[in-house]
This record gives sequence, structure tokens and C-alpha cells, in this order.
Amino acid sequence: MSSFKDPFDARTSLTRGCSCGRHTDEAAHQADLAGQTADSEMLGNRVVEAAVVRALFPHDATRRRFLNAVGASTALAAISTFFPLGAAKEAFAQSGRLEKTSLKVGFIPITCATPIIMSQPMGFYARQGLNVDVVKTAGWAVIRDKTINKEYDAAHMLSPMPLAISLGVGSSPIPYTMPAVENINGQAITLAIKHKDKRDPKSWKGFKFAVPFDYSMHNYLLRYFLAEHGLDPDRDVQIRSVPPPEMVANLRADNIDGFLAPDPVNQRAVYDGVGYIHTLTKDIWAGHPCCAFAASREFVTKLPNTYRALLKAIMEATAFASKPENRKQIAEAIAPANYLNQPVTVVEQVLTGTFADGLGNIRKEPNRIDFDPFPWHSFAIWIMTQMKRWGQLKGNVDYAKVAREVFLATDAMKLMKEVGMKPPATTTKKFSVMGKEFDPAKPEDYIASFAIKRT
Amino acid sequence: MNRLMSWRAPVLSLAFFLLLVGVWHALTLPKSAQQTVDSEYAALVGAAAATGQKSAFPAPAEVGAKIVEHLKEPFYDRGPNDKGIGIQLGYSVARVLLGYLLAALVAIPVGFLIGMSPTVYRALDPYIQVLKPISPLAWMPLALFTLKDSSVSAIFVIFICSLWPMLINTAFGVASVRREWLNVARTLEVGSVRTAFRVILPAAAPTIMTGMRISIGIAWLVIVAAEMLVGGTGIGYFVWNEWNNLSITNILTAILAIGVVGMLLDLMLARLTRLVTFPE
Repeated sequence: MSSFKDPFDARTSLTRGCSCGRHTDEAAHQADLAGQTADSEMLGNRVVEAAVVRALFPHDATRRRFLNAVGASTALAAISTFFPLGAAKEAFAQSGRLEKTSLKVGFIPITCATPIIMSQPMGFYARQGLNVDVVKTAGWAVIRDKTINKEYDAAHMLSPMPLAISLGVGSSPIPYTMPAVENINGQAITLAIKHKDKRDPKSWKGFKFAVPFDYSMHNYLLRYFLAEHGLDPDRDVQIRSVPPPEMVANLRADNIDGFLAPDPVNQRAVYDGVGYIHTLTKDIWAGHPCCAFAASREFVTKLPNTYRALLKAIMEATAFASKPENRKQIAEAIAPANYLNQPVTVVEQVLTGTFADGLGNIRKEPNRIDFDPFPWHSFAIWIMTQMKRWGQLKGNVDYAKVAREVFLATDAMKLMKEVGMKPPATTTKKFSVMGKEFDPAKPEDYIASFAIKRT
Repeated sequence: MNRLMSWRAPVLSLAFFLLLVGVWHALTLPKSAQQTVDSEYAALVGAAAATGQKSAFPAPAEVGAKIVEHLKEPFYDRGPNDKGIGIQLGYSVARVLLGYLLAALVAIPVGFLIGMSPTVYRALDPYIQVLKPISPLAWMPLALFTLKDSSVSAIFVIFICSLWPMLINTAFGVASVRREWLNVARTLEVGSVRTAFRVILPAAAPTIMTGMRISIGIAWLVIVAAEMLVGGTGIGYFVWNEWNNLSITNILTAILAIGVVGMLLDLMLARLTRLVTFPE
């Protein structure tokens, strides 16, 4: 019995060749007919019905006897009662059709959001049949609330945020997912120009630092960096959370001594002559994740095709952005007022890695910022160890489980292959932060190994 | 002599303006323009940083040029995050008027009822006194959480901030209508509805209008801050977006525009107040 035949028709021919004789078999005949008369959706329904009936009655004779005895419509009704035919048809039809084509994606105007932003002017969303408005948002708390309120379908977040939201740290717990990392590296410690001579972190006692958000890689990396240099980040210095756009203004006004911030904030401080770049975060942890593309679990499960198309657009954009030769073009696309609202040269210096450091030197660091979408589970585990280390997270945590539920590595692997990137074979890896190795299998030992902690 | 007197104020105004711009210009004159770094480095940083300084406050001429630029094309629309200053002001005014009118619809009838009955007035007074001094922006997180929509939340914040002055002034105006007038109405056997509309309302109208004028001023103050918080559209968002770009010229332009629109709104209400004022 062919997939395209009416499975409820007891009289269809069982032999090869079609009923009209023009086609090689009945399936081709029916497909041709369906192409003329009905749309492919009906054909899809037929395939599902056929598969179900065939599975129930693998024997042709039995099936025919059953259909003859009860009639096609009764058979259909009977099967429908114990098998969700409707749902199966829907699931089948969904592959390919987008549930929603007009989407809103929120972003914070920093270079970490490059793939999310550039996909709009450079047409990566349009290629997937999506009409996406990328909306600039005032701060992380607002982006979180607007995504939770479903004003945004998906958003640019800091990679610890989906973990914090899912764990209910700092907000009520809502199942959140992070299907892709936006960028790796790309942050820096910038100090006010008046501290030109205080290069040694040990002399930073009493400094006031700013980070973008409590639940950010910036906060954890700065704390880690300070602690490794023997400064207690809670007692020896002050760390406050300041939205990135306000950081340069605060540095200028001497409200803070420095910050660990996303770009273009660091480069902008140099551009305006108020600060100098002290350390690039790639020298703290080479290849650390920073920002993320995040969506609620509800969006992922309710609109699976839209989610896939959106993620694919982001993956393609990320693949495009990971090539150094494309960076200048991207800088020009995302610098205007509609997106980052920064001078092109600032964005270009960040993306190309040839930049002025604020002290009169031009540095060349081609991987100052890089783009790799793979959401390693070990990244999530490291972030949770730091949340616990600094007392944001209390009690026992099932690190591996949370990492698996929030960082959707399997989806990322599949889509990375589709867009021609090479995903890794595993989802965890060991890496080292400032020369100290992290083993994702032993998170508690890792926390215990630090001298300065709040546990 | 009289004609000379009438010219004095505008001339003095102009003199103040010139003095202000002159001082501003003198303070923002560029200092030594000696380049301290090589030209390759200078190309990567701003003009001020190249001379070893911090970027300076803009001179009046730069701001003037920016204003002209904005006035030339106030209604451009280049995507969701980049719209002309005219469109942004339009969004803000629309939000303010919507929230304000909703508040008037609630505050004036309720104020009327409160003012008519001294018992209700005294019973509700403590609530009003507690709710009145709350900064409207403090309602913002609550509104975002419950209303689940940022633009509705902004309108709600305007509603709540313009509610109290109107409510209190209406109640006060209604309560302090002269007893003699009410007695005259009663002597003439005027029905209570007719008394309300023909005696109390005209008598309380100037006080009600004063409340409305205070409210519109507060609403316009609050919208800028509210839009800086929720983002998206409006003049408050424009200021935030330009702050993000550290563009002081644009921020100054916006400040000026906010002032002018606020003045126009106030003038409008002042005109209306004059219409309902009566000589005693």
C-alpha cells in the first residue's frame, strides 16, 4: 500500500502501476492528482493517515476486511479516538511552515549583540522568511521583563541570565532556554585615564568598579580577576551594576574608577579620552562566552519552526561574523543610530581588533572579539559555580541537569551543521581561567579550591 | 515713553540670552590643539583624545547647527530605533494626552462626589494624602509586572501622576462653593442635578482648571523619565539613546524641545482657565 493512497479505500489496486495507467505507480498518480487538485497539505494529511493505518493493519487482507465491514468514515473515527491523528497531521505539516513571521527581538546596544543586530540590515532574517524588528532596549532588567511579558519573542541576554531566570535567582523562576552563544571574548577592563600608572591590580584597593549587571560574565570575570590578584571583590573594592551606555559618562564624571564592560563601551572611553584599556577579557579566559540569544521554553515548544528559522538566521549570521574579512562590513552595518548609535571607527576597532588602547599605542588582537554559537554545557556549569561562589546561589544545584535544560546544545549542533559550521562532538570540555583548570565534572571541588569566596 | 517701556522686557530677555551664549561659548573654546600622538593613532580616536584631553562640552554653535539639522527633517523614520525628533515628540504628547484625559475622566467626577459630601471627603482624605506624594515612577515596576505591556505601563504612570492634583483641586473647589449661592439655589427650588451643573460646576471651574494645569505639567515631567525607563519611542527614549552615544548636542536639542512643548501645553491650559474664570 502506497503512502499517498487513500488508506480508507478498500478497493485500491495493490499491484504496481497506477489506476489511470499514465504513471509508474499509484503514488505518482496520486501525487500528480494532488498537485492539480488539492494542495500539498492534504497530501501531507494523507501520508500521516496512511502511515497510521498501515501500522495498525500491516496485513492488506485484514485491513480490507475491516474497512469493508465498518466503512471508511467509521474506521477513521474509530482510529481517531485512540490515536491523535489530528495532532500527528499537524506535527507533520509543521515542518517547514512558520507559525509566525513577524517577530520582535530585543537587544542592548553593544557589540556582543552583533549577530542579532546585523541579521536585520544584512538580510539574514529575511532569508529565513522572517520579518524581524530588532528593538533597542534600555537595560537588562527591562529586556528580561519585556521577554517574560511576551512583548519580545526572543532577546539578547547575558549568558548567565537564562540560568538565573530558570533557577529563579533574582526573579521568579520561568523555564528559559539559551540556544546560542552570541560572542566569545570581546570584553575588557577599562580604567580611568587618571589611573594611567596604576597598572598593577594590587594597587586597586578602594576602587569603585562598574559591571553591566549582577548576573553577567562581566561581574564573574572581574571578581575572578580581582580575587586571583588577592583583592576581595566585596571588601577591598566596590562593584556596582551600571547599564553599559551610562558607564563612560560615569567614568568621565569620576563616579567610578573603572569597569569591566562590553564593547563598544571600552573603545568609546578611549575615543573620548576618558579611559584606557587595561586587560582584554580574552587574556583572563580565552574563548569565554559573553552574551546569548535567549528565548522562553514556551516559545521554543509552541512555535518550533519559527524558533528553528530564527536560530538558523542567527547561526548563519554568527558564521558570517566569525570570518575576520567580513568584520569591516558588519561594523558599517551596525554602527548607525538605528542600531548601536556609535561612530563607525569605534565599532570597527572593536570588531577588527586593531585598536587604540588609550595610552598612545595601537594594538593588534585579531581575536579581541570572536563569534562561536556553541552553548557548551561546561560554560553553564562554570557560571553556576561562580554564582554559588559569590553567594548568589544557595543550596545544592544539579549542575549538569540545569546546564542541559537551559543551554540547548543539541539544537545548536544540528543547525551549525546545516549552515556549514563544524560543531564539536561533545557538550562539555575542560578549559582554564587565568591558568587554573576547570573540570566540569567536579564543580563543587572547584568552588572549594578558591581562597576568596562567600559560601 | 510708554512704547519704550514695552520694549524693555524683550530687550532684557535678549541680553540675558546673549550673555548666556557668550559665557557658554567662552567656556567651551577649544584649548591648545596640540596633537600629542602620531596621526595613525589619532585617526582611531576622537579629536579631543588625540590632543590628550577628554572630549569637551559642545560649543553653542555646534548645538545650533544640530537644532537646525533636526528642524530641517523632524519626521524621518529610519527603522524602529531611529526616528525624527518630531515623531518622538508626537509619541510623547500622545501618551501624555491619553493618560491625562483618562485621569480627568476619573478625577473630575470622583472629585465632585467627594467635594459634595464632607464625610466622604474626610474618609478618603488619608488615602489621598498617602498616595499623592508617591513618585509616579515608583509605580513603574508594579505596572510592568501587572499590566505586562510597557506602553500601557507608561500611560498608566501618566494617569496616576495626573490624577491627584485634579482630584484634590476638584474636591476642594466643589467643597468651597459659597454657601449663599447654594442657599439661593435652594430657595429657588432648583433640583440637585441642576444645582450641580448650573451652580457648583461654574463656581468650582477655575479651581478645577488650576488642578488640570498642575497635572499637565507633572505629566510632561514624568513622561520623559518614564520613556527613558521603558524605551522604544518618545522623547525620553531619544534622550536615552543619545546619551548612549554620548551626544551632548542631541541631548541639548531634546532638552530645548521638551521645554518648548511643555510651555505650549501649559499655555493651552492657561487659555482654557481664562475662559472659565469669572469676576467676583
